[in-house]
Amino acid sequence: MTTIAATGVFRVSWLLLAFPLFGAAVLLIGGRRTDKWGHLLAVLMSLASFVYGMIAFFTLLSQTGAGRSQDLHVYSWIPVDGFQANIGILIDPLSVSFVLLITGVGSLIHIYSVGYMAHDPEKRRFFAYLNLFIAAMLLLVLSDNFLSLYAGWEGVGLASYLLIGFWQFKPTAAVAAKKAFIANRVGDVGLSLAIMLMFAEFGTFNFTGVFDSTKAGGSGVATALGLLLLLAACGKSAQVPLQSWLLDAMEGPTPVSALIHAATMVTAGVYLIVRSNPIFNDAPTAQLAVTVVGAVTLLFGAIIGCAKDDLKKALAGSTMSQIGYMILAAGLGPAGYVFAIAHLLAHGFFKAGLFLGAGSVMHGVDDEVNMRRMGGLRKLLPITFATFGLGYLAIIGIPPFSGFFTKDGIIDAAWSKGGTDGWILAACTIIGAAITAFYMTRVMLMTWYGSKRFEEDGVLGGAGAHPAYTEPHIPHPHESPLTMTVPMILLAIGSVAAGGFLIINERLQNFLQPVIGAPFPDHGIWSWPGIIALVLVVLGVGVAWAMYGRMPVLAVAPRGSVLTRAARADLYGDAFNESVLMRPGQWLTRLSVFFDSRGVDGLVNGLAATIGGTSGRLRKVQNGFVRSYALSMLIGAVLLVAGLLVVRL
Amino acid sequence: MSPAHYVFLAVILFVIGAVGVLVRRNAILIFMSVELMLNACNLAFVAFARMHGNLDGQVVAFFVMVVAAAEVVVGLAILMAIYRARRSASVDDASLLKY
Repeated sequence: MTTIAATGVFRVSWLLLAFPLFGAAVLLIGGRRTDKWGHLLAVLMSLASFVYGMIAFFTLLSQTGAGRSQDLHVYSWIPVDGFQANIGILIDPLSVSFVLLITGVGSLIHIYSVGYMAHDPEKRRFFAYLNLFIAAMLLLVLSDNFLSLYAGWEGVGLASYLLIGFWQFKPTAAVAAKKAFIANRVGDVGLSLAIMLMFAEFGTFNFTGVFDSTKAGGSGVATALGLLLLLAACGKSAQVPLQSWLLDAMEGPTPVSALIHAATMVTAGVYLIVRSNPIFNDAPTAQLAVTVVGAVTLLFGAIIGCAKDDLKKALAGSTMSQIGYMILAAGLGPAGYVFAIAHLLAHGFFKAGLFLGAGSVMHGVDDEVNMRRMGGLRKLLPITFATFGLGYLAIIGIPPFSGFFTKDGIIDAAWSKGGTDGWILAACTIIGAAITAFYMTRVMLMTWYGSKRFEEDGVLGGAGAHPAYTEPHIPHPHESPLTMTVPMILLAIGSVAAGGFLIINERLQNFLQPVIGAPFPDHGIWSWPGIIALVLVVLGVGVAWAMYGRMPVLAVAPRGSVLTRAARADLYGDAFNESVLMRPGQWLTRLSVFFDSRGVDGLVNGLAATIGGTSGRLRKVQNGFVRSYALSMLIGAVLLVAGLLVVRL
Repeated sequence: MSPAHYVFLAVILFVIGAVGVLVRRNAILIFMSVELMLNACNLAFVAFARMHGNLDGQVVAFFVMVVAAAEVVVGLAILMAIYRARRSASVDDASLLKY
């Protein structure tokens, strides 16, 4: 792929970053003075980025060949001889796809938040962080080199931390924010090491420079880079083994869960792998690791999603699982990249829609998140129900909704890989699809159907609960205001149409072809693995209906099987981290402290005490009596003379 | 009389002086004993000069006398200061400068 210097409208592509950054700066520096209109400015800045993104997209469509990849040099960050760190903006089909997702879904969620956060006293700060996030995420996907990508990567991590802990007066939220931050740091170490390795091996970290040198660098370097980038992706995208933070991240306000922890930031890992496709294409071992991580996570997340009674956590398990699909697809090489991105974009629509629906439900039932206290809401929140339902159909992959096309593509690509690993991967994706159908149907039935359990038992309130709602009480569910329902409707339209639009006629594939390499031979929309998956999906829906539709949902969760209890405890992810990493770490710390205080300090202090004690005794010689001094001088002199005599004689 | 006798006399005077310094408490007497020791040395120097037949020892004796005079001036001044402060010339009383 060749890149040319930016021309025409792309010469001002820095505006994309500038709008949200300006919004965040005004809101954060302006302080309380901007309380009245701050949220409107934030929405406006996000929309401005989106409008520019649309212009860039259509301009890019009108270009051909090298014109489809335009690089703008913005700023020489560290211009030292032999070390050129620049901030550059690369507009190409892949980055523009992400720009449209981030600014489009981001703007919708900004608008939604105007309604959702209307009564929050800290609304301005919330919108400032949201704008900060948009700016950092755009820097991540628009960078033309790994170093400024890393800056954006850390920026979204910071925004994620700030927004998970937005209600920091709740200890759980503060702890969840810290946990997300620390788990992300582990992955970030991978990315920073990868960048250092690139610079050491290739002397550059520009995309073009690195990708051109990868082939010459040998497979060892490519494999190391691939594994380090995979570690980075695991941290940011909540993949096993760094998955544990995502479920706790649901402590943040629901729009944050929708934007950062479902639609955009958590997919940054997929972006990283697809963007680095020349590295992974040269490193089959790293690709295998990527597919394994994806396959494990897609089952891991799906199993967790089956047991959670917390509406948002069930959706968070689902997010992990769906990103597992994308990572798996990205690990399949050129055959899978397009489906990874297609599923990512479609997932951005339907999962954001589902989360916004969840937020709307929570709005209706006084911030309750426990689905066992919901039920029968479909008549009370009809618009939310309709949009949530369309998102549901999209995620389980019923044709002709989005998920069918994109997930089917992934299953098909895994199947086409061939060999034993292809079989296993395809089996994982198909089983994952069935489990997805089960847990999403469970969520649907528990939330929208059945008896109105909130009228019998009342609700308690959960994440972000208003202080007044800590006692059980009967809520009066109502449909949310227009600012919330309109974004949900638009996202629902995306959930319905995006997948088909992107996959049919290979639109996305042709568009992304310059970035992701040779096109993949077409298998058609229907394939045998896809049909098997569809049958299992229907089966999953049936099982869920038998368990939660036909029989009443208990207000208190039954004890459940071993697997259910394990899934409720996040498959012991936290317990694993605690016993394998935290406790040995604590022991190591204690051992070091012991060695330091007893060993090192003991030696030094003991030496000092010995010298102190000896001199304490020695100083008694200084008794102040002149005559005793005279005596010692005399004795000394006599001894000297005697000594001299002995030596002489 | 051979010069060796003067050396023996010097040794006897030196020992008397040294014992005086060690056993006496009165600072004046200690001073006098110190002077005795110095003059014992002078005697020895002069005797050795005579024995070796050169003037080195005699020159040193003159130096010692000059230095002893200066020492007496400083020493007596200190003694006066101590006596004024403590109303005592005993060196055992002036034992504050210690551990």
